[in-house]
Amino acid sequence: MQCEICQKREATIHLTEITDGVRTETHLCEHCAAEEGVAVKSHIPINELLSSLLSVQPSDEELGGYSGEELSCPHCGFTLEKFREKAVLGCPYDYDVFGKSLLPLIKKTHDGNTKHCGKVPSRVPEDSKKQLKLAKLRQQLDEAVRSEDYELAAKLRDKMAEND
Amino acid sequence: MKLTDISDKLNEWFSGAGPMSDVVISSRVRLARNLAGHKFLSRCSNAEKSVILKKLKGVLMSLDLGDDVFYLSVDGAPVLNRRFLVERHLISQHHAFGKGPRGVVIARREFFTAMINEEDHLRMQVLKSGCQLSQCIDQINRIDDMVEEKLAYAFSPRYGYLTACPTNLGTAIRISVMLHLPALKITGQIEKFLNATRALGLAVRGLFGEGTEAAGDFYQLSNQITLGVSEQEIVHRFEHVVIPEIAEYENAARETLLSEQEYLLDDKISRAMALLKNAHLISSQEALFLLSHLRLGLNMHEHLGASTPAIDRLCALRGDHCADSKNEGLSIATINRLFMLTLPAHLQLNYGKELDSAHRDALRAKIIRATLSG
Repeated sequence: MQCEICQKREATIHLTEITDGVRTETHLCEHCAAEEGVAVKSHIPINELLSSLLSVQPSDEELGGYSGEELSCPHCGFTLEKFREKAVLGCPYDYDVFGKSLLPLIKKTHDGNTKHCGKVPSRVPEDSKKQLKLAKLRQQLDEAVRSEDYELAAKLRDKMAEND
Repeated sequence: MKLTDISDKLNEWFSGAGPMSDVVISSRVRLARNLAGHKFLSRCSNAEKSVILKKLKGVLMSLDLGDDVFYLSVDGAPVLNRRFLVERHLISQHHAFGKGPRGVVIARREFFTAMINEEDHLRMQVLKSGCQLSQCIDQINRIDDMVEEKLAYAFSPRYGYLTACPTNLGTAIRISVMLHLPALKITGQIEKFLNATRALGLAVRGLFGEGTEAAGDFYQLSNQITLGVSEQEIVHRFEHVVIPEIAEYENAARETLLSEQEYLLDDKISRAMALLKNAHLISSQEALFLLSHLRLGLNMHEHLGASTPAIDRLCALRGDHCADSKNEGLSIATINRLFMLTLPAHLQLNYGKELDSAHRDALRAKIIRATLSG
Protein backbone atom coordinates (compact mmCIF):
# COMPACT_ATOMS: atom_id res chain seq x y z
CA MET A 1 0.00 0.00 0.00
CA GLN A 2 1.34 3.44 -0.97
CA CYS A 3 1.51 6.44 1.33
CA GLU A 4 -1.52 8.68 0.79
CA ILE A 5 0.57 11.86 0.93
CA CYS A 6 3.76 11.27 -1.07
CA GLN A 7 2.28 8.45 -3.17
CA LYS A 8 5.80 7.01 -3.37
CA ARG A 9 6.91 5.24 -0.23
CA GLU A 10 5.19 2.26 1.30
CA ALA A 11 2.59 3.07 3.95
CA THR A 12 3.68 1.50 7.22
CA ILE A 13 1.58 3.59 9.60
CA HIS A 14 -2.13 2.93 9.52
CA LEU A 15 -4.27 5.35 11.46
CA THR A 16 -7.85 4.61 12.35
CA GLU A 17 -9.80 7.55 13.71
CA ILE A 18 -13.30 7.40 15.04
CA THR A 19 -15.08 10.75 15.22
CA ASP A 20 -18.72 10.80 16.30
CA GLY A 21 -18.89 7.09 15.62
CA VAL A 22 -17.62 7.51 12.03
CA ARG A 23 -14.49 5.57 11.20
CA THR A 24 -11.81 6.93 8.85
CA GLU A 25 -8.55 5.29 7.88
CA THR A 26 -5.31 6.99 6.84
CA HIS A 27 -2.24 5.18 5.51
CA LEU A 28 1.10 6.97 5.69
CA CYS A 29 4.80 6.25 5.34
CA GLU A 30 7.05 6.94 8.34
CA HIS A 31 8.49 10.07 6.74
CA CYS A 32 5.15 11.72 5.95
CA ALA A 33 3.71 10.67 9.32
CA ALA A 34 6.59 12.48 11.03
CA GLU A 35 6.03 15.56 8.81
CA GLU A 36 2.36 15.52 9.75
CA GLY A 37 3.29 15.36 13.39
CA VAL A 38 1.76 11.94 13.87
CA ALA A 39 3.31 10.39 16.95
CA VAL A 40 3.64 6.65 16.58
CA LYS A 41 2.52 5.09 19.80
CA SER A 42 3.67 1.59 20.53
CA HIS A 43 1.12 1.23 23.25
CA ILE A 44 -2.31 2.80 23.04
CA PRO A 45 -3.44 4.15 26.40
CA ILE A 46 -6.23 1.93 27.61
CA ASN A 47 -8.61 4.84 28.19
CA GLU A 48 -8.34 5.86 24.53
CA LEU A 49 -8.93 2.31 23.40
CA LEU A 50 -11.92 1.81 25.62
CA SER A 51 -13.68 5.06 24.82
CA SER A 52 -13.22 4.55 21.09
CA LEU A 53 -14.50 0.99 21.26
CA LEU A 54 -17.46 1.72 23.47
CA SER A 55 -18.43 4.71 21.31
CA VAL A 56 -18.99 2.47 18.27
CA GLN A 57 -20.99 -0.11 20.13
CA PRO A 58 -24.34 -1.41 18.97
CA SER A 59 -27.24 0.88 19.79
CA ASP A 60 -29.88 -0.01 22.38
CA GLU A 61 -32.22 -0.94 19.53
CA GLU A 62 -29.62 -3.28 18.10
CA LEU A 63 -29.33 -4.87 21.50
CA GLY A 64 -33.07 -5.55 21.53
CA GLY A 65 -34.03 -2.69 23.77
CA TYR A 66 -31.30 -3.52 26.27
CA SER A 67 -29.95 -0.35 27.77
CA GLY A 68 -26.53 -0.86 29.27
CA GLU A 69 -26.31 2.84 30.04
CA GLU A 70 -28.98 2.82 32.72
CA LEU A 71 -28.11 -0.56 34.09
CA SER A 72 -26.16 -0.74 37.30
CA CYS A 73 -24.64 -3.86 38.81
CA PRO A 74 -26.67 -5.08 41.80
CA HIS A 75 -23.47 -6.34 43.44
CA CYS A 76 -21.23 -3.29 43.18
CA GLY A 77 -23.39 -0.47 41.80
CA PHE A 78 -21.13 -0.01 38.78
CA THR A 79 -22.42 1.44 35.48
CA LEU A 80 -21.01 1.48 31.96
CA GLU A 81 -20.53 5.21 32.31
CA LYS A 82 -18.14 4.59 35.20
CA PHE A 83 -16.33 1.92 33.18
CA ARG A 84 -15.72 4.45 30.40
CA GLU A 85 -14.32 6.85 32.90
CA LYS A 86 -12.13 4.46 34.91
CA ALA A 87 -11.34 1.76 32.29
CA VAL A 88 -11.74 -0.93 34.95
CA LEU A 89 -14.80 -2.83 36.13
CA GLY A 90 -16.33 -2.84 39.62
CA CYS A 91 -16.65 -6.55 40.40
CA PRO A 92 -16.51 -9.99 38.74
CA TYR A 93 -20.32 -9.98 38.26
CA ASP A 94 -20.02 -7.00 35.89
CA TYR A 95 -18.96 -9.45 33.18
CA ASP A 96 -22.48 -10.95 33.41
CA VAL A 97 -24.40 -7.74 34.04
CA PHE A 98 -22.78 -5.80 31.17
CA GLY A 99 -22.00 -8.87 29.09
CA LYS A 100 -23.60 -7.67 25.87
CA SER A 101 -22.01 -4.23 26.00
CA LEU A 102 -18.56 -5.56 26.87
CA LEU A 103 -18.49 -8.26 24.21
CA PRO A 104 -17.39 -6.03 21.27
CA LEU A 105 -14.54 -4.68 23.40
CA ILE A 106 -13.51 -8.16 24.52
CA LYS A 107 -13.59 -9.41 20.93
CA LYS A 108 -11.60 -6.44 19.66
CA THR A 109 -8.86 -6.63 22.30
CA HIS A 110 -8.49 -10.41 22.07
CA ASP A 111 -8.39 -10.83 18.30
CA GLY A 112 -11.99 -12.05 18.06
CA ASN A 113 -11.66 -14.58 20.89
CA THR A 114 -14.50 -14.77 23.40
CA LYS A 115 -13.80 -18.04 25.23
CA HIS A 116 -11.13 -18.89 27.75
CA CYS A 117 -8.61 -21.47 26.72
CA GLY A 118 -5.93 -22.11 29.28
CA LYS A 119 -5.32 -22.80 32.94
CA VAL A 120 -8.28 -23.72 35.14
CA PRO A 121 -8.09 -23.45 38.91
CA SER A 122 -8.45 -26.78 40.72
CA ARG A 123 -11.37 -25.37 42.74
CA VAL A 124 -13.57 -25.01 39.65
CA PRO A 125 -16.46 -27.55 39.65
CA GLU A 126 -15.91 -30.70 37.56
CA ASP A 127 -18.71 -29.73 35.15
CA SER A 128 -17.01 -26.49 34.20
CA LYS A 129 -13.69 -28.25 33.77
CA LYS A 130 -15.29 -30.69 31.36
CA GLN A 131 -16.84 -27.86 29.36
CA LEU A 132 -13.49 -26.12 29.13
CA LYS A 133 -11.76 -29.30 28.02
CA LEU A 134 -14.38 -29.81 25.33
CA ALA A 135 -14.03 -26.21 24.17
CA LYS A 136 -10.28 -26.64 23.89
CA LEU A 137 -10.67 -29.88 21.91
CA ARG A 138 -13.20 -28.19 19.62
CA GLN A 139 -10.73 -25.42 18.92
CA GLN A 140 -7.96 -27.93 18.16
CA LEU A 141 -10.35 -29.80 15.89
CA ASP A 142 -11.15 -26.62 13.95
CA GLU A 143 -7.45 -25.99 13.49
CA ALA A 144 -6.79 -29.57 12.38
CA VAL A 145 -9.58 -29.36 9.81
CA ARG A 146 -8.31 -26.00 8.58
CA SER A 147 -4.83 -27.40 8.09
CA GLU A 148 -6.33 -30.53 6.48
CA ASP A 149 -4.80 -32.82 9.10
CA TYR A 150 -7.68 -35.31 8.99
CA GLU A 151 -5.87 -37.98 10.96
CA LEU A 152 -5.50 -35.62 13.91
CA ALA A 153 -9.08 -34.41 13.42
CA ALA A 154 -10.39 -37.98 13.72
CA LYS A 155 -8.40 -38.53 16.93
CA LEU A 156 -9.72 -35.27 18.37
CA ARG A 157 -13.30 -36.25 17.48
CA ASP A 158 -12.85 -39.54 19.36
CA LYS A 159 -11.45 -37.69 22.34
CA MET A 160 -14.42 -35.33 22.33
CA ALA A 161 -16.84 -38.25 22.24
CA GLU A 162 -15.06 -39.80 25.24
CA ASN A 163 -15.33 -36.56 27.18
CA ASP A 164 -18.87 -35.70 26.25
CA MET B 1 15.21 -6.56 55.32
CA LYS B 2 16.12 -3.02 54.27
CA LEU B 3 16.15 -1.81 50.68
CA THR B 4 19.77 -0.74 51.13
CA ASP B 5 20.60 -4.45 51.49
CA ILE B 6 19.85 -4.86 47.78
CA SER B 7 20.22 -1.32 46.39
CA ASP B 8 23.97 -1.53 45.72
CA LYS B 9 23.77 -4.96 44.08
CA LEU B 10 22.87 -6.07 40.62
CA ASN B 11 19.69 -8.15 40.55
CA GLU B 12 19.72 -11.66 39.10
CA TRP B 13 17.51 -10.85 36.14
CA PHE B 14 20.01 -8.22 34.96
CA SER B 15 23.09 -10.33 35.53
CA GLY B 16 23.80 -10.80 31.83
CA ALA B 17 23.55 -14.59 32.14
CA GLY B 18 21.10 -17.04 30.58
CA PRO B 19 20.34 -18.19 27.04
CA MET B 20 20.63 -15.60 24.24
CA SER B 21 21.74 -13.03 26.78
CA ASP B 22 23.56 -10.95 24.14
CA VAL B 23 20.13 -9.82 22.91
CA VAL B 24 17.63 -10.95 25.56
CA ILE B 25 18.24 -9.23 28.90
CA SER B 26 15.49 -10.97 30.80
CA SER B 27 12.21 -12.86 30.65
CA ARG B 28 9.17 -12.16 32.78
CA VAL B 29 5.81 -13.85 33.25
CA ARG B 30 3.12 -12.04 35.21
CA LEU B 31 -0.28 -13.35 36.31
CA ALA B 32 -3.22 -11.20 37.41
CA ARG B 33 -5.65 -12.69 39.93
CA ASN B 34 -8.62 -11.47 41.96
CA LEU B 35 -10.12 -13.10 45.01
CA ALA B 36 -13.62 -14.54 44.71
CA GLY B 37 -16.17 -12.85 46.94
CA HIS B 38 -14.61 -9.40 46.75
CA LYS B 39 -15.27 -6.43 44.50
CA PHE B 40 -12.53 -5.21 42.17
CA LEU B 41 -10.37 -2.49 43.66
CA SER B 42 -12.12 0.45 41.99
CA ARG B 43 -15.20 -0.31 44.14
CA CYS B 44 -13.40 -1.36 47.32
CA SER B 45 -13.32 0.79 50.43
CA ASN B 46 -10.00 1.07 52.21
CA ALA B 47 -11.38 -1.36 54.79
CA GLU B 48 -12.06 -4.00 52.12
CA LYS B 49 -8.64 -3.36 50.55
CA SER B 50 -7.07 -3.99 53.97
CA VAL B 51 -8.92 -7.31 54.27
CA ILE B 52 -7.68 -8.40 50.81
CA LEU B 53 -4.16 -7.24 51.66
CA LYS B 54 -4.14 -9.21 54.90
CA LYS B 55 -5.42 -12.39 53.25
CA LEU B 56 -2.95 -12.30 50.37
CA LYS B 57 0.01 -11.19 52.45
CA GLY B 58 -0.62 -14.04 54.91
CA VAL B 59 -0.70 -16.66 52.17
CA LEU B 60 2.21 -15.30 50.13
CA MET B 61 4.48 -14.95 53.14
CA SER B 62 3.80 -18.57 54.12
CA LEU B 63 4.85 -20.01 50.74
CA ASP B 64 8.02 -22.01 50.36
CA LEU B 65 9.75 -20.24 47.47
CA GLY B 66 13.24 -21.51 48.19
CA ASP B 67 14.38 -18.02 49.16
CA ASP B 68 13.83 -15.48 51.94
CA VAL B 69 10.68 -13.51 51.34
CA PHE B 70 9.95 -10.06 52.69
CA TYR B 71 6.98 -7.72 52.65
CA LEU B 72 6.94 -3.96 52.09
CA SER B 73 3.99 -1.68 52.59
CA VAL B 74 3.88 0.51 49.48
CA ASP B 75 1.40 3.13 50.71
CA GLY B 76 3.52 3.62 53.82
CA ALA B 77 6.87 3.81 51.98
CA PRO B 78 8.76 7.05 51.24
CA VAL B 79 8.53 8.22 47.61
CA LEU B 80 12.23 7.53 47.00
CA ASN B 81 11.82 3.89 48.08
CA ARG B 82 8.84 3.51 45.78
CA ARG B 83 10.79 4.93 42.85
CA PHE B 84 13.62 2.52 43.64
CA LEU B 85 11.22 -0.44 43.51
CA VAL B 86 9.94 0.77 40.12
CA GLU B 87 13.48 1.14 38.74
CA ARG B 88 14.23 -2.40 39.81
CA HIS B 89 11.04 -3.68 38.16
CA LEU B 90 9.77 -4.99 41.49
CA ILE B 91 6.58 -2.92 41.34
CA SER B 92 4.82 -0.94 38.61
CA GLN B 93 4.53 2.82 38.40
CA HIS B 94 0.78 2.36 38.91
CA HIS B 95 1.40 0.48 42.15
CA ALA B 96 3.97 2.97 43.42
CA PHE B 97 1.64 5.92 43.11
CA GLY B 98 -1.77 4.26 43.51
CA LYS B 99 -4.24 4.76 46.32
CA GLY B 100 -5.15 2.93 49.49
CA PRO B 101 -3.64 0.00 51.40
CA ARG B 102 -1.26 -1.92 49.17
CA GLY B 103 2.02 -3.74 49.37
CA VAL B 104 4.53 -6.03 47.73
CA VAL B 105 6.02 -9.40 48.62
CA ILE B 106 9.55 -9.84 47.29
CA ALA B 107 11.87 -12.83 47.17
CA ARG B 108 15.29 -11.67 48.31
CA ARG B 109 16.97 -12.70 45.05
CA GLU B 110 14.23 -10.73 43.24
CA PHE B 111 13.14 -13.53 40.90
CA PHE B 112 9.63 -13.26 42.35
CA THR B 113 7.47 -10.34 43.40
CA ALA B 114 3.76 -10.11 44.14
CA MET B 115 1.98 -6.76 44.10
CA ILE B 116 -1.10 -6.74 46.32
CA ASN B 117 -3.89 -4.30 45.44
CA GLU B 118 -2.40 -2.93 42.22
CA GLU B 119 -5.05 -2.86 39.45
CA ASP B 120 -6.06 -6.40 40.42
CA HIS B 121 -5.97 -7.87 43.91
CA LEU B 122 -2.86 -9.86 43.07
CA ARG B 123 -0.29 -9.43 40.33
CA MET B 124 2.66 -11.73 40.69
CA GLN B 125 5.66 -12.16 38.45
CA VAL B 126 8.68 -14.36 37.96
CA LEU B 127 11.71 -12.73 36.36
CA LYS B 128 14.80 -14.51 35.04
CA SER B 129 17.86 -13.42 33.10
CA GLY B 130 18.17 -14.22 29.39
CA CYS B 131 15.55 -16.13 27.43
CA GLN B 132 13.97 -18.38 30.07
CA LEU B 133 10.22 -18.04 29.53
CA SER B 134 9.49 -21.77 29.99
CA GLN B 135 11.25 -21.74 33.35
CA CYS B 136 9.37 -18.56 34.32
CA ILE B 137 5.97 -20.03 33.49
CA ASP B 138 6.70 -23.29 35.30
CA GLN B 139 7.70 -21.44 38.43
CA ILE B 140 4.83 -18.92 38.41
CA ASN B 141 2.36 -21.78 37.81
CA ARG B 142 3.65 -23.64 40.85
CA ILE B 143 3.35 -20.51 42.98
CA ASP B 144 -0.12 -19.80 41.57
CA ASP B 145 -1.20 -23.35 42.49
CA MET B 146 0.09 -22.90 46.03
CA VAL B 147 -1.86 -19.65 46.46
CA GLU B 148 -4.97 -21.18 44.94
CA GLU B 149 -4.86 -24.06 47.45
CA LYS B 150 -5.57 -21.50 50.14
CA LEU B 151 -7.65 -18.82 48.42
CA ALA B 152 -10.39 -19.00 45.78
CA TYR B 153 -9.91 -16.87 42.66
CA ALA B 154 -12.63 -15.08 40.68
CA PHE B 155 -12.97 -17.36 37.64
CA SER B 156 -15.58 -17.96 34.97
CA PRO B 157 -15.59 -21.03 32.69
CA ARG B 158 -16.30 -18.76 29.73
CA TYR B 159 -13.94 -15.85 30.42
CA GLY B 160 -11.29 -17.53 32.57
CA TYR B 161 -9.61 -15.50 35.29
CA LEU B 162 -11.72 -12.39 35.81
CA THR B 163 -9.69 -9.20 35.86
CA ALA B 164 -10.59 -5.59 36.61
CA CYS B 165 -9.84 -4.61 33.02
CA PRO B 166 -11.26 -6.78 30.21
CA THR B 167 -7.98 -6.46 28.30
CA ASN B 168 -6.35 -8.92 30.75
CA LEU B 169 -9.20 -11.42 30.81
CA GLY B 170 -8.72 -15.17 30.26
CA THR B 171 -5.29 -16.44 31.19
CA ALA B 172 -4.57 -12.97 32.64
CA ILE B 173 -0.98 -13.61 31.68
CA ARG B 174 1.49 -11.00 30.53
CA ILE B 175 4.69 -12.31 29.04
CA SER B 176 7.49 -9.83 28.55
CA VAL B 177 10.98 -10.10 27.19
CA MET B 178 13.46 -7.31 27.64
CA LEU B 179 15.61 -6.89 24.56
CA HIS B 180 18.77 -4.93 23.80
CA LEU B 181 18.71 -3.92 20.14
CA PRO B 182 21.45 -1.33 19.60
CA ALA B 183 22.56 -2.55 16.17
CA LEU B 184 19.03 -2.35 14.73
CA LYS B 185 18.92 1.21 16.02
CA ILE B 186 22.34 2.24 14.66
CA THR B 187 21.60 0.72 11.24
CA GLY B 188 18.26 2.55 11.08
CA GLN B 189 16.12 -0.58 11.13
CA ILE B 190 14.42 -0.17 14.51
CA GLU B 191 11.18 1.21 13.00
CA LYS B 192 10.84 -1.95 10.94
CA PHE B 193 11.15 -4.01 14.11
CA LEU B 194 8.56 -1.85 15.87
CA ASN B 195 6.11 -2.13 12.98
CA ALA B 196 6.61 -5.89 12.70
CA THR B 197 5.91 -6.42 16.38
CA ARG B 198 2.76 -4.32 16.18
CA ALA B 199 1.62 -6.41 13.22
CA LEU B 200 2.09 -9.49 15.43
CA GLY B 201 -0.23 -7.94 18.01
CA LEU B 202 2.57 -7.40 20.51
CA ALA B 203 3.13 -4.31 22.66
CA VAL B 204 6.53 -2.60 22.72
CA ARG B 205 7.75 -0.10 25.25
CA GLY B 206 11.01 1.09 26.72
CA LEU B 207 12.62 -0.91 29.49
CA PHE B 208 13.93 2.14 31.30
CA GLY B 209 12.49 5.61 31.30
CA GLU B 210 8.90 6.66 31.19
CA GLY B 211 6.14 5.60 28.84
CA THR B 212 7.02 4.39 25.40
CA GLU B 213 10.48 5.88 25.23
CA ALA B 214 13.17 3.24 24.80
CA ALA B 215 16.25 4.67 26.47
CA GLY B 216 19.52 2.84 25.93
CA ASP B 217 18.09 0.74 23.09
CA PHE B 218 16.26 -1.50 25.57
CA TYR B 219 12.82 -2.63 24.50
CA GLN B 220 10.21 -4.58 26.36
CA LEU B 221 8.04 -6.80 24.20
CA SER B 222 4.76 -8.18 25.59
CA ASN B 223 1.72 -10.16 24.50
CA GLN B 224 -1.59 -8.30 24.44
CA ILE B 225 -4.06 -11.10 23.76
CA THR B 226 -4.92 -13.09 26.89
CA LEU B 227 -8.27 -14.66 25.99
CA GLY B 228 -8.69 -17.71 23.76
CA VAL B 229 -5.00 -18.62 23.75
CA SER B 230 -3.41 -20.88 26.34
CA GLU B 231 -0.43 -19.89 28.45
CA GLN B 232 1.72 -22.54 26.76
CA GLU B 233 0.81 -21.35 23.28
CA ILE B 234 1.81 -17.78 24.10
CA VAL B 235 5.12 -18.88 25.62
CA HIS B 236 5.82 -21.25 22.73
CA ARG B 237 5.21 -18.49 20.18
CA PHE B 238 7.56 -16.13 21.98
CA GLU B 239 10.30 -18.71 22.50
CA HIS B 240 10.21 -20.39 19.12
CA VAL B 241 9.03 -17.69 16.73
CA VAL B 242 9.21 -14.12 17.98
CA ILE B 243 12.44 -14.04 19.98
CA PRO B 244 14.61 -16.12 17.62
CA GLU B 245 13.51 -13.95 14.71
CA ILE B 246 14.29 -10.68 16.46
CA ALA B 247 17.62 -12.03 17.74
CA GLU B 248 18.47 -13.05 14.18
CA TYR B 249 17.71 -9.53 12.87
CA GLU B 250 19.76 -7.90 15.62
CA ASN B 251 22.67 -10.27 15.03
CA ALA B 252 22.50 -9.71 11.27
CA ALA B 253 22.64 -5.95 11.94
CA ARG B 254 25.67 -6.51 14.20
CA GLU B 255 27.39 -8.54 11.45
CA THR B 256 26.61 -5.79 8.94
CA LEU B 257 28.11 -3.17 11.21
CA LEU B 258 31.22 -5.25 11.52
CA SER B 259 31.65 -6.11 7.86
CA GLU B 260 30.41 -2.93 6.17
CA GLN B 261 30.25 -0.10 8.69
CA GLU B 262 33.13 -0.66 11.07
CA TYR B 263 33.86 3.08 11.15
CA LEU B 264 30.29 3.77 12.34
CA LEU B 265 30.49 1.09 15.02
CA ASP B 266 33.88 2.30 16.20
CA ASP B 267 32.71 5.89 16.25
CA LYS B 268 29.78 5.02 18.51
CA ILE B 269 31.91 2.96 20.90
CA SER B 270 34.80 5.45 20.99
CA ARG B 271 32.52 8.43 21.62
CA ALA B 272 30.73 6.54 24.37
CA MET B 273 34.04 5.57 26.00
CA ALA B 274 35.43 9.10 25.74
CA LEU B 275 32.37 10.71 27.27
CA LEU B 276 31.82 8.15 30.00
CA LYS B 277 35.47 8.18 31.05
CA ASN B 278 35.75 11.96 31.13
CA ALA B 279 32.41 13.66 31.70
CA HIS B 280 31.66 15.30 35.03
CA LEU B 281 27.91 15.60 34.50
CA ILE B 282 25.87 12.83 32.91
CA SER B 283 22.09 12.66 32.84
CA SER B 284 20.33 9.35 33.31
CA GLN B 285 19.19 9.33 29.67
CA GLU B 286 22.70 10.06 28.35
CA ALA B 287 24.22 7.35 30.55
CA LEU B 288 21.76 4.74 29.26
CA PHE B 289 22.43 5.79 25.67
CA LEU B 290 26.23 5.68 26.00
CA LEU B 291 26.43 2.54 28.13
CA SER B 292 24.31 0.80 25.52
CA HIS B 293 27.12 1.22 22.99
CA LEU B 294 29.70 -0.20 25.39
CA ARG B 295 27.42 -3.16 26.01
CA LEU B 296 27.15 -3.67 22.25
CA GLY B 297 30.94 -3.62 21.86
CA LEU B 298 31.53 -6.12 24.66
CA ASN B 299 28.81 -8.44 23.40
CA MET B 300 30.16 -8.33 19.85
CA HIS B 301 33.60 -9.23 21.16
CA GLU B 302 32.27 -12.06 23.29
CA HIS B 303 29.71 -13.57 20.92
CA LEU B 304 31.00 -12.68 17.44
CA GLY B 305 34.71 -12.54 18.21
CA ALA B 306 34.74 -8.96 16.93
CA SER B 307 38.01 -7.10 16.95
CA THR B 308 38.11 -3.48 15.79
CA PRO B 309 40.33 -0.64 17.08
CA ALA B 310 37.53 0.65 19.37
CA ILE B 311 36.42 -2.78 20.58
CA ASP B 312 40.05 -3.67 21.33
CA ARG B 313 40.42 -0.48 23.35
CA LEU B 314 37.17 -1.22 25.16
CA CYS B 315 38.38 -4.70 25.99
CA ALA B 316 41.73 -3.31 27.11
CA LEU B 317 39.80 -1.81 30.00
CA ARG B 318 39.76 -5.38 31.22
CA GLY B 319 42.50 -5.97 33.71
CA ASP B 320 41.93 -2.60 35.35
CA HIS B 321 40.48 -2.99 38.77
CA CYS B 322 36.97 -2.25 37.61
CA ALA B 323 33.89 -2.86 39.70
CA ASP B 324 33.78 -6.58 38.97
CA SER B 325 33.54 -8.73 42.04
CA LYS B 326 36.27 -11.06 40.82
CA ASN B 327 38.43 -8.14 39.80
CA GLU B 328 38.71 -9.47 36.25
CA GLY B 329 37.98 -6.19 34.54
CA LEU B 330 35.21 -4.83 32.44
CA SER B 331 32.42 -7.30 31.78
CA ILE B 332 28.82 -7.23 30.67
CA ALA B 333 27.84 -7.57 34.33
CA THR B 334 29.84 -4.43 35.16
CA ILE B 335 28.09 -2.47 32.43
CA ASN B 336 24.71 -3.82 33.57
CA ARG B 337 25.53 -2.79 37.11
CA LEU B 338 26.27 0.75 35.88
CA PHE B 339 22.94 0.80 34.03
CA MET B 340 21.06 -0.10 37.19
CA LEU B 341 23.01 1.65 39.92
CA THR B 342 23.13 5.01 38.15
CA LEU B 343 19.34 5.27 37.82
CA PRO B 344 18.07 8.25 39.87
CA ALA B 345 16.49 6.46 42.85
CA HIS B 346 19.35 3.91 43.09
CA LEU B 347 21.89 6.74 43.17
CA GLN B 348 20.07 8.55 45.95
CA LEU B 349 19.30 5.52 48.06
CA ASN B 350 22.92 4.39 47.92
CA TYR B 351 24.15 7.92 48.62
CA GLY B 352 21.92 8.04 51.68
CA LYS B 353 19.94 11.16 50.90
CA GLU B 354 17.89 12.89 48.23
CA LEU B 355 19.83 14.88 45.63
CA ASP B 356 18.74 17.45 43.06
CA SER B 357 19.18 16.70 39.39
CA ALA B 358 22.57 18.46 38.99
CA HIS B 359 24.07 16.63 41.98
CA ARG B 360 22.71 13.33 40.70
CA ASP B 361 24.33 13.96 37.31
CA ALA B 362 27.65 14.72 39.00
CA LEU B 363 27.48 11.63 41.22
CA ARG B 364 26.52 9.45 38.26
CA ALA B 365 29.47 10.73 36.22
CA LYS B 366 31.83 10.13 39.15
CA ILE B 367 30.71 6.52 39.63
CA ILE B 368 31.02 5.78 35.91
CA ARG B 369 34.47 7.42 35.68
CA ALA B 370 35.72 5.47 38.68
CA THR B 371 34.45 2.19 37.24
CA LEU B 372 35.77 2.66 33.72
CA SER B 373 39.13 4.16 34.47
CA GLY B 374 40.09 1.68 37.14
